[in-house]
Amino acid sequence: MGVMKRMSGILQAKTNKLLDKAEDPRESLDLSYQKQLESLQKVRRSVADVTTAKKRIELQASQLQGQADKLQNQAKSALTQGNEDLAREALARRAALAEQLTDLKTQHDQVSGQEEKLIATAQKLQTQVDSFRTKKETMKASYTAAEAQTKIGEAVSGISESMSDAGMSMQRAQDKIDGMQARAGAMDELLASGALTDLTNPVDDIQAQLDKASTTSTVDAELAALKAEVGTGAPPAPELGAAEHEDSAS
Amino acid sequence: MIVRILGEGQYTVPDERRDALGKLDDAVAEAVDRGDQARFAEALAALTAEVRSSGVALADDAFAPSDLVVPFTDSSLEETRALLADHGEGHEGDDR
Repeated sequence: MGVMKRMSGILQAKTNKLLDKAEDPRESLDLSYQKQLESLQKVRRSVADVTTAKKRIELQASQLQGQADKLQNQAKSALTQGNEDLAREALARRAALAEQLTDLKTQHDQVSGQEEKLIATAQKLQTQVDSFRTKKETMKASYTAAEAQTKIGEAVSGISESMSDAGMSMQRAQDKIDGMQARAGAMDELLASGALTDLTNPVDDIQAQLDKASTTSTVDAELAALKAEVGTGAPPAPELGAAEHEDSAS
Repeated sequence: MIVRILGEGQYTVPDERRDALGKLDDAVAEAVDRGDQARFAEALAALTAEVRSSGVALADDAFAPSDLVVPFTDSSLEETRALLADHGEGHEGDDR
């Protein structure tokens, strides 16, 4: 047997759970409409959940990106100072971060895809529920009891099937997010615990080496300037005079 | 007949396309049975394309139960297999 017939059975089983066995078919229209409103709310909540998951990934990615940029700049500074080994170390750490970033981007694409689909599902269901609301009054008024039985039953089954479909879409999105949440949680913990710090927050070592080198070169420059000043011996009058005075006094 | 593509919507497909659909559907089922992911993706895409091209999208205010249901277009083989297995291949409902 093909897949379509079996899928149809699965969807039908889910849909049956949504159907009320109202004695008066007209009554089933109102009952179904209540369920549709609840279903719409659930889909909207699900969209919000997916959006939250997406934002979380974006935040983590921007944190990692910031650290990667910093390492890139440090590699540049190290090269400027002629320290190739340090530059290499910074770039190596940056490469490790880039790998994590690629992974986050893949997750982001998946969540965005789910978000897009769920938004479309919510909009479609909204349209259907809206037209069901206007149609149900007409149906109540215009059908004879015998007609109502079949026509209303079909309409209610039809829209209930759409709700089941939306329910499956939500479940799918939720499953995808659940898998990611676990990884995102682990990443948050790593970021918070500082376990990634050695790798991503180079203040302690790379930055310290850069700072040290730059302090050394600043001191060298000042020393050279002083030497030049003393060498020419041109006295900026008052202070040098005072110093001479002290010198002679001692 | 009315065909639903999960996560997308319903289409009215002319009855004379039933055989063509059936062949494409069998190809999907075969790929699932063989566990052939690449073939599955291909077969599902072909089946979906046939429904979309030979069918007419059902209006949003037309409420009708579907005769056939196509899995989510981006389903993985594992996902589809799990879904089918989860429900005892349709024995839950009116098969008995």
